[in-house]
Amino acid sequence: MNPDDPSAAAPVIELDGLEVRLGRRTILRGLSGALTGRCLGLLGPNGAGKTTLLHTLLGFHRPSAGTARIFGHDVVGEIDAVRGVVGYMPENDAFVANMSAVRLVRLMGELSGLPAAAALERAHEALFYVGLGEARYRDIGTYSQGMKQLVKLAQALVHGPRLLLLDEPTNALDPPARERMLRHVQEIRDSGEAHIVLSSHLLRDVERCCDEVLILKDGRIVAYRNLAAERSADRKFLELELRGETGGFLDALRGLGAECALAPRRGRNRVKMVLPEGLEVAHLYREAAEREVQIRRLSYKRDSLEEIFLAAMEEGETQTLAGGAAADGEPHDPGGAA
Amino acid sequence: MTVRDRAFHRYSGASTARRWRFLVLFRYAWKDVFSARLVTAVYALSFAPILVAATIVYLRHNLPALAAMELEVAEIIAVEGDFFNIMLRCQGIFLLVLTALVGPGLVSPDLANNGLPLYLCRPFSRTEYVLGKLSVLAVLGSTVTWLPLLLLTAFQGSVESGWMAGHWHVAGAVFLGSWAWILVLALLALALSAWVRWRLLAAAMLFATLFVASGLAEFVNQLFRTHYGDLLSPGKLIFAVWEAMLFGADAPMVDVPPLAAWLGLAAFCGFCLLVLNRKLRAYEVVR
Repeated sequence: MNPDDPSAAAPVIELDGLEVRLGRRTILRGLSGALTGRCLGLLGPNGAGKTTLLHTLLGFHRPSAGTARIFGHDVVGEIDAVRGVVGYMPENDAFVANMSAVRLVRLMGELSGLPAAAALERAHEALFYVGLGEARYRDIGTYSQGMKQLVKLAQALVHGPRLLLLDEPTNALDPPARERMLRHVQEIRDSGEAHIVLSSHLLRDVERCCDEVLILKDGRIVAYRNLAAERSADRKFLELELRGETGGFLDALRGLGAECALAPRRGRNRVKMVLPEGLEVAHLYREAAEREVQIRRLSYKRDSLEEIFLAAMEEGETQTLAGGAAADGEPHDPGGAA
Repeated sequence: MTVRDRAFHRYSGASTARRWRFLVLFRYAWKDVFSARLVTAVYALSFAPILVAATIVYLRHNLPALAAMELEVAEIIAVEGDFFNIMLRCQGIFLLVLTALVGPGLVSPDLANNGLPLYLCRPFSRTEYVLGKLSVLAVLGSTVTWLPLLLLTAFQGSVESGWMAGHWHVAGAVFLGSWAWILVLALLALALSAWVRWRLLAAAMLFATLFVASGLAEFVNQLFRTHYGDLLSPGKLIFAVWEAMLFGADAPMVDVPPLAAWLGLAAFCGFCLLVLNRKLRAYEVVR
């Protein structure tokens, strides 16, 4: 995040009892929470309400109850301010027939408020940035699916938004195109110039790009996880398999501040430990070498997003059956299940 | 963000004024209007009647030229209400053809490939979208209707002293009548193309709507022995409006009261706006 940005610490998205009804169906049910991360993953099975949430944030759907704010701007009362700072990449094909990529992206830049010359300049830059520089004068109708996805990304970037809403950006992409798209998302995230909301049902995409995850099911938030915090916490959690006299080795590590616990399994010396700040894995090898202890295996123990997601889905079902702890809209952390 | 750097940067420059942003759409659409040769040909042809009319005005006030052509002044149509009624009808038909050629191409390409969310996710409203597209047809229509006809009126006023003082209503009729027809056709074209999302079909439906409505109006008139069936036909209503404004109480062919004709046209425009309001959405909600 840009340290000069006064909004850095402020919530990017605030939801307060947000409910959206389309016709007679309730799609979003009392969502609440404040999201501050640089890249938020919106996860959920099909029909969970991910796209509806994005559309509501863009003012396409009016909340039937509750409010939503982006950078402090209400999505109903201050929708122009919201749309001015947001770039949106829709899920499905979205382009204007018989128009070249550079013309479309320039048009979108101008509609976002850029003067014509600046819009043209940034349209070229955005298309070069996403890798369509050489094809930018071609009619979008002649593009491959992957190229159309990149044009959608370029038009979302052209006005330099503070928040990017990406709806299934890797849909229908082949592996190289998917890789390129995810690399762009990571670059934008790491640039610190924009926050990102990445809606997807592909766990690997979200795990790779996002530092926060919001899991929706049946229009409710069933889990919220701060992956960045968990990653840094898990990184210190190690599992070792040792050979030799381990007593002295463990005492030495305890002396360095590590928490160690023997967990013997099938006659092997297994040790679980949490490393304190400043103690690196290299220290372990050094201590082991000094005491002639062999470290036969070392692994980081970390919950995968898949485990988190599956636990959330099970939890969600239980909540629905039981009347729902998440029905009040509070982000629910099924930590124990993960 | 620069081409060389290939990195994402926020935009920190100046922004354009919001109130005129709909003109961006006008600018982009206007560039495409004359990309089709047929449109250019029809547009050029639409000035032929104006040239003929200007020639008539010139000849009526140039006796040596008339003598050279062996014509009498009485043989040339007088530049009065009838003259401008014919001109309005003539230019109105050209406007219809041009609107059918250009109008559907303004909206259909956006809707055919779900382009509307790209427009509406920006600080740009649906009203501005319609206004931007409408302005193309309004400017195009103006250049073939009231602008040349007002010039013709001014020309007649300049060659016949005192004519203008007695014919202010003609200028008013040309201006208001043209705008009414421009608005009706433009809204109908946009509504139809938003509805069917297919350019050719929308163009065909524009003609079909006007002809079918005219036939329906005639059917109702015959069936109920009335003239109020004309309220179903925008074409008949606009003729009634033009004649009422050009001839006042002496209107030769007006069957529908002018107020009813105006209200009929307003209702028709309102219906087109309702269709646009329903169809021009970022995403349609299936209920």
